[in-house]
Amino acid sequence: MAIRTEPVTVNLGPQHPSTHGVFRLRVTFDGEVVLDVEPVFGYLHRGTEKLAEERTYVQVVTLTDRLDYVSAMTNNLAYVRAVEKLAGIEVPERAKYLRVISSELQRIASHLIATGFLLQELGAFATPLMYCFRERERILELFEMLCGARITVSYMRPGGVLQDAPEDFWPALDELVKAMPQYIEELEGLITSNEIVLARTKDVGVLTAEKAINASVTGPMLRATGVQWDLRKADPHEVYDRVEFDVPIGAIGDTYDRYLVRVQEMRQSLRIIEQCVKQIPKGDIRSRTAYFIRPPVGDAYGAVESPKGELGFYLVSDGGIAPYRCKIRSPSFINLTVLRDLLAGWKMADLIIIFGSTDIVLGEVDR
Amino acid sequence: MEGQAVKAGFDFLGIYGFFDGLMPESLDWLAFLVAGFILAFAIINALVVSTAVYTWFERRALGKFQSRLGPNRWGPFGLLQPIADVVKFMSKEDTVPDGADRQVFTLAPIVFVATGFLVFALIPLGSNDWLSRLNIGLVFIIAVTSVNTLAIFMAGWSSRNKYAMFGAMRGVAMLISYEVPMALAIAAVALASQSLSTYTVVTNQEVPFMLVMPLAFFIFVAAASAEMSRTPFDLIESESELGSGYHTEYSGMKFALFQLAEFMAPIIVSCIVATLFLSGWRGWGPIPGQVWFILKALVVLCALLWFRATWPRLRVDQIMEFAWKGLFPLSLLNLFAVATEIQLLRDPVTGALTDSDMWAMAAINWAITGIVFLAVSRMFARKQLQRPLPKPSPLANMGAEAE
Amino acid sequence: MYGAGMAKGLLVTMKNFVKPDRMFTVQYPDRKVSPTELAKMSGVGVFTFMRKNPKTAFKAMTGQMTVPARLKQHPRFRGEEFTWYEQRCTGCASCAKYCPLGIIRIVTSPSGEQVQEGQKYHLDVFDIDIGRCMFCGLCVEACPYDALHMGSGFEEGKYRRKDLVVTVDRLKSQPKHPSTWFRPQIQGKEGYHPHGEKDVTWQEAGRHEQPSRKHQEEKWAKR
Ligand code: SF4
Ligand code: SF4
Repeated sequence: MAIRTEPVTVNLGPQHPSTHGVFRLRVTFDGEVVLDVEPVFGYLHRGTEKLAEERTYVQVVTLTDRLDYVSAMTNNLAYVRAVEKLAGIEVPERAKYLRVISSELQRIASHLIATGFLLQELGAFATPLMYCFRERERILELFEMLCGARITVSYMRPGGVLQDAPEDFWPALDELVKAMPQYIEELEGLITSNEIVLARTKDVGVLTAEKAINASVTGPMLRATGVQWDLRKADPHEVYDRVEFDVPIGAIGDTYDRYLVRVQEMRQSLRIIEQCVKQIPKGDIRSRTAYFIRPPVGDAYGAVESPKGELGFYLVSDGGIAPYRCKIRSPSFINLTVLRDLLAGWKMADLIIIFGSTDIVLGEVDR
Repeated sequence: MEGQAVKAGFDFLGIYGFFDGLMPESLDWLAFLVAGFILAFAIINALVVSTAVYTWFERRALGKFQSRLGPNRWGPFGLLQPIADVVKFMSKEDTVPDGADRQVFTLAPIVFVATGFLVFALIPLGSNDWLSRLNIGLVFIIAVTSVNTLAIFMAGWSSRNKYAMFGAMRGVAMLISYEVPMALAIAAVALASQSLSTYTVVTNQEVPFMLVMPLAFFIFVAAASAEMSRTPFDLIESESELGSGYHTEYSGMKFALFQLAEFMAPIIVSCIVATLFLSGWRGWGPIPGQVWFILKALVVLCALLWFRATWPRLRVDQIMEFAWKGLFPLSLLNLFAVATEIQLLRDPVTGALTDSDMWAMAAINWAITGIVFLAVSRMFARKQLQRPLPKPSPLANMGAEAE
Repeated sequence: MYGAGMAKGLLVTMKNFVKPDRMFTVQYPDRKVSPTELAKMSGVGVFTFMRKNPKTAFKAMTGQMTVPARLKQHPRFRGEEFTWYEQRCTGCASCAKYCPLGIIRIVTSPSGEQVQEGQKYHLDVFDIDIGRCMFCGLCVEACPYDALHMGSGFEEGKYRRKDLVVTVDRLKSQPKHPSTWFRPQIQGKEGYHPHGEKDVTWQEAGRHEQPSRKHQEEKWAKR
């Protein structure tokens, strides 16, 4: 006997506990199985690109904080790199190291959030999330020491960083670097070999390497598919060519791989920080630039490996004090484009965790 | 049971007898009614108050597990928090969504709560504090707990919300599936205790049944935590997927009733577990039975809380698989084993089981459990824990470039 | 062994349960204290304390005793207020020009005094609309005379939007506890913390107190 069924269309979001902000997915379900997904976004659109055209080059730094609000440091870095390329500004050595240290700290913080929320979406009753936040809190405290704010840091400036680290920063950093592997271990003990997690995430939401490259997916999502692509190695900016680190990759590109890659990247980040602390020279932290930078007419593209993938700023200058055009290549937005392929055919519960494992931040998607 | 001497304790007959003595013969029915009301009042209030305390306890303990504090502002150690919650719930607007089925929508929380109260009436708290002397107690428990399936479906169906509908459909599928292993586990208990009454189950439980049949205990706890939809089986209201499942549309006091039932469920389940598997009020030394009972229930409660704080949730198909492919065969095996052992060990004339018989059963059952768990874990471990080693994709050209 | 991972997870949570030393909840504006802590605060032994103040000790034991708590905060913290030195400000309005949101409003009239490097103006209006401010600190960074500093407070909740505007009167009258953010001269001061009692005077807040002739030439003449 065949029972007549019909597909259901459900609006997942914009108010939904696991859409990472205000995001809407129009999902067509056949029972529990996803037939079709249509992402709808733009709820968090603040016109960053347009606003940037009305700000001076330094003022735009404050806008970049609000793009991917869980990794403001790397946003700053990507933007100031673009400006430096455009205007040909030199960066002192110490500033480069400070930039790398802060953006690697930010990478750990961002990956902690990604892991915590993935587990939250798996249904662990907030425990891993709380542990992740606990560790992240310590990183944010370091940021407060560096630049007086925890989230919207505005730490970097074209030509260096805003100010040197205070004396109490270094012991605190050492302490964190020493303690962090233990915390990551603890987190892994809770998650990595947990059979429920394995059953839920293994072989779920597989993204193949070809598809990922065709859609120009970057970041941990790409590396989980086995493609060893990392801007820090491929186009070493700042001092990444002077430190040793590995680029962890995944085996098959499923949700579990994405989680594993993130956890291993946290370890590598710690390694980078450790080496940077050893290598950092004394000296200036900011080269002298004019308050109102007037780059020559031209354009430049500056990109860094942000925790979510390749974050790039394309700036066009008409010789004025503000960019003529500012285009942001945000990794979250581009990683979203494979969502339909990833989700079709999986169950509703998988939809949530696959979406969670792509680790998007809506501030960056909508811009 | 009727033959037993009726003590004027705090049970139905005691109260009934007291009022019967006060009233003339013709008002017998009134005494009956008054006694019933008093008992109902006592049960409901005891349960509601203990649920209120439990919500506080759960939140504090979860906080500790998650290395935060939990509520600590209202009253000593935050103990008045439940009261604040209730005040908040009461002051909320009681909304009914447009196009909802009003009657069913209103009825659903009431049905949901009522079943919990009904079950609690059967639980013997001490050797003579038992509120209802039903001789088919175990059957009653199975029957009444399955009513909450109906309540969940009512709530989900009537609120005209797709999330609620999803939750309700999941709920119906899951709860009905888990009823089967649960009933089979209880059947094993009934066999071993040779009774269907909760009171006799405890009196016949010289050795805690948890030791006698660990498999049944495991099945029961797993099935019960699915029945009350707690992690890892909380997919009915899986917050990250469905908002809050079947009670998405509820607010105000109706929502409070759902919350009440939800928090009541662990208390009831741990009471049932204490009764069926941990030999109820029995204990040693001069400590009264009630204290033993509460202690045992608390231990179960804490363990459930611990699981909740640690584990994520399973997917819907995995949960159904676990019920039908895992727990169901296991419970059949357990029932078969227990029945065979009883047939072999019991006294052929009286049919009674002695303590030593029980211990023999325990030994055999533990062996069976060990073998089963080893076999199952072997089977799964090979399949699940293996992963291919990551190897760089040929599409990657980063290494070449860097050189 | 299947199930070992789940057991490991249970151990991790249990470890955090029995050893809550990494509890990260911050209680604010006051926190609950135990009798031991109270005794330590008043500098006597627990039992002496209990004997002397049985009432307080009882209250603390039942978890009802609170003491005011201030959040741990780095001196560099960019707070939701500003510290401004009338004596240092020349009314150049660099801060207003540099603010990305344009929320600083300055109206000046010449006062004719010669202070430091610039012509001193009288500040009639100096409004910062912190209802729209994002505390990026660019204004502070821009101020050439170190007149404007970030503050360290954050309790600026108000009932009306217009109360959120920090006016010149408020800036003049409020205690001067500037944040050390982007102000190395204050950060270098021994043990300074904005939460402390001591005000920072306008002389101390400046980077270049008495500019020498040479310095001025270096700074201005070469341009
Ligand atoms: S802190 Fe930033 S937004 Fe606020 S007044 Fe200063 S420059 Fe403007
Ligand atoms: S505060 Fe500083 S920048 Fe603003 S007007 Fe005064 S001197 Fe100029």
